[in-house]
Amino acid sequence: MDIFLAVGFQVLSGIATLFITSLGLAIIFGMMRVINLAHGEFLMLGAYAAILSARAGLNIWLAMLVVAPLVVGVIGLIVERLIIRRLYGRMIDTMLATWGLSLALIGAVTMIFGNTVAGFSAPLGSFAIGGFTASAYALFLIFAAIFMLFGVWIVLRFTSAGLIARGTMQNAEMAAALGVAPERVYAVTFAAGSALSGLAGALIAPFSGVVPTMGTSYIAKAFITVITGGAAMLAGTFSASFLLGAVSTFGTFATTPVFGEVMMLAVAIVLLRLLPQGITGRFFRRAL
Amino acid sequence: MSIKRRAALKGLAGGLVGGLAAPLVLRHAALGADPIKVVGIHDASGGLDIYGKPMIACLDFAVDEVNASGGLLGRPVELINYDPQSNIQLYTQFATQAATKDHAAVVQGGITSASREAIRPILDRYRTLYFYNTQYEGGVCDRNCFCTGSTPAQNVQKLMPYIMPKWGKKIYVVAADYNYGQITSKWITKYAHDGGGEVVAVDFFPLDVTDFGPAIQKIQQAKPDVVISALVGGAHVSFYRQWAAAGMKTRIPMASTTFGGGNETLILSPEEANGIVCAYSYFQEVDTPANKAFLEKFHAKMAPNAPYLGAELAMRTYVGFNLWAEGVRKANTIERMKVIEALETGIENDGPPGKTIIDPKTNHVTLNVYLAEAHDRGFKVLQSFPDQPPSDTQMVCNLQKNPNENKQYIIDIKT
Repeated sequence: MDIFLAVGFQVLSGIATLFITSLGLAIIFGMMRVINLAHGEFLMLGAYAAILSARAGLNIWLAMLVVAPLVVGVIGLIVERLIIRRLYGRMIDTMLATWGLSLALIGAVTMIFGNTVAGFSAPLGSFAIGGFTASAYALFLIFAAIFMLFGVWIVLRFTSAGLIARGTMQNAEMAAALGVAPERVYAVTFAAGSALSGLAGALIAPFSGVVPTMGTSYIAKAFITVITGGAAMLAGTFSASFLLGAVSTFGTFATTPVFGEVMMLAVAIVLLRLLPQGITGRFFRRAL
Repeated sequence: MSIKRRAALKGLAGGLVGGLAAPLVLRHAALGADPIKVVGIHDASGGLDIYGKPMIACLDFAVDEVNASGGLLGRPVELINYDPQSNIQLYTQFATQAATKDHAAVVQGGITSASREAIRPILDRYRTLYFYNTQYEGGVCDRNCFCTGSTPAQNVQKLMPYIMPKWGKKIYVVAADYNYGQITSKWITKYAHDGGGEVVAVDFFPLDVTDFGPAIQKIQQAKPDVVISALVGGAHVSFYRQWAAAGMKTRIPMASTTFGGGNETLILSPEEANGIVCAYSYFQEVDTPANKAFLEKFHAKMAPNAPYLGAELAMRTYVGFNLWAEGVRKANTIERMKVIEALETGIENDGPPGKTIIDPKTNHVTLNVYLAEAHDRGFKVLQSFPDQPPSDTQMVCNLQKNPNENKQYIIDIKT
C-alpha cells in the first residue's frame, strides 16, 4: 500500500517540477511568441540569486521566494529593452538572439562567480510514507506549483492588468487604439515571465547542482512541455506537465530512468502528430 | 575627433599586444632554441569545465616548472591549450589540428571516456603521442596512448573490500549512461562478487537527468546495504541533494567512483556530502611532504585563484606531463617512437601523489591508491595502498607481445 502512496507522491512531485520550470517559458513563448532559448539561463540566474543572497546571510525563504524573482525580473526587463523589443514578430530572430544571450549569460556568470558556488541543502527535512521516506521539500514544491498555477490564473483572469496583457497579445493595434501602450505591456509581461523563471530556478536550487550550465538540463523539457500544451498557456502547460511528468515518472518506476525519458519524448511526439496545435488546440480551447 | 579616437585605440591595441607578447618572446629568447610544442585539450567552458579548469591549471604549472628549470633537451616547451567547450566534435577538430598544424610532440588531454575515444584514433592515425590523464574504466590497449589515471582494479577494488564488511553485501549501483558508467558498473559487479556480495540493481541515467525522486524510491524499495554512485557531471549532483533531502543519508551509506572528481564537495553542503567514501590515486588532502611542498608552490603561483584539486584528475595531468618529460629526457629526442620506447622502460615519477611507474605491458601506470571520505567540503584520507598495478588492463592487454594492438577491451562478467 505505502508503495502506491510513495509512487503517487513522486508522480506529483515530477509533475510539479516540470510545471514550475516551464511556467516562465509558457508566458514568454506561449503568450508572447518569443522563442526564449535563454530560459534555462533565467532559471540558473534565479538559482544563483537565491544561493548568493542566502550566503550573504539572508533567510533562505526570503532569498528563494522574493530576491530571486525580483532579480531575474529586473534582468528580464533589461533584456527586453535591449534585445527583445526589437524582435517582436520575428520568431526565428528571437531564437538566434536569445541563444546568443544564453551563451553570454553562462559566460558572464562563470567569469563573475566562477563555475563553483556552494549551494544550500533542501530545508524542511524528510517525512515517512509507510516504510518509505520522502523529502518534505518536494511536498513544498507541489504546493508551490499549485500556488503558482492559481496565482497566474487569478492575475490573468480577474485583474485588469491580466486582461490588458491578454488583449495586447491577441491584438496589439486594437489595444493601442483603446489607449494601452503595447510596448509597456510587452515589457512588463516579459519581465513577469522572467521573474517566474527566476522563482522556478530558486525553487529547484536546493534540489539540483547549481552550476552556470544547469539551464541546459531543463530547457529542452520546458519547451517540449509548452509546445505540447499548445495555445492556451496555463491550461496547456498544466495539462502537458501532468501528462509528461506522469509518463516519465511511471516509466522510470516501471522500467529504467533511460526508458522513462524515452517514453516521455515518445508521448510528446505522438501527441504532436495527432494534435499539431498541442493539447489545448483540441481540448480546453476556451481556457487560459 | 573620430579619427583621433581610432588612432588612439590603435595605439592602445598595439601597446596591449606588445605588452602581452613581450614576456613570451623574452622567455623563449632566454632559452634560445626553437620550442617543443605540447598540446593540451581540456574543456575550459561548458558543463565539463568543473573538471577541465583544474586540469589546465596543473598542466600550465607543470610546463612552467619544466621551463623554469631550463626546458627539455635545452629547448623551451610551448604549451598550446585548446578548449573543446564540452563538445566532442571540437575534440576531434583540435586533435587533428594538434597533429597536422602544430606538429605537437605530445597531446595531453581528454576528460570523459567519450572524448578519449573520439581523439585516440585520430592521434593514432597521425602518429602523434597521446597521454590520457583521467581516472577511467580501464581496458585501453594502444601503444600510442598512455593512460596515467587509476582504473577499476585500482579504485573499485579498494572501495569494495572497505565498504562490504563495514556496511553489508547488498549493493545498488547508480551510474551515468555512457561508456564510463556502463563499464565501471560491470567492474563493481565483479568486485562485489569477489567479496561475496551481490548487486541487486544497476540504474543508468542519461547525463541531463535532474529528477532523481523515482530512482530514490526504487532504491528504498530494494533496501540495499550500500549505494554506489558512478554519476557524472553537474546535473547528476542533484542526486546527492535529493538523496539527502529524502532523509536517506542516515539510512543507507554511500560510496562513489566519481564523487569529488569535479567540484561536488564544494557545491554540496557538508551535511549532504559528508561520509561518502571514495577511492582515487590522489586527494588534495594526502598528507605527504611531497604533496605539501607541491601545494605550497602551486598556491603561491596561482594565488588567489588556485583551484581546489579534489581527487585525481588535475594531479594526474601534472604527473602525466612529467612522465612524458622524463621519457623525452631519457630518449634524448622528441621523436615519437623513441619516446614511447623510453617510456616503456618503466619510467617513474615521484610526485605529490607518491610514486607513479609506467607499466610497459599496458602503457598504464602503477600508482598509490587512497581511500577517503567526504568531509566538510573536502576529503578525509582513511587508508593508503602503495604500488597498485593496473591489473584489470593487464589481464587482457600485452603490448610487448602484440605491439600493434589497438582497441579497448570491455570486461566480460559472468553472473
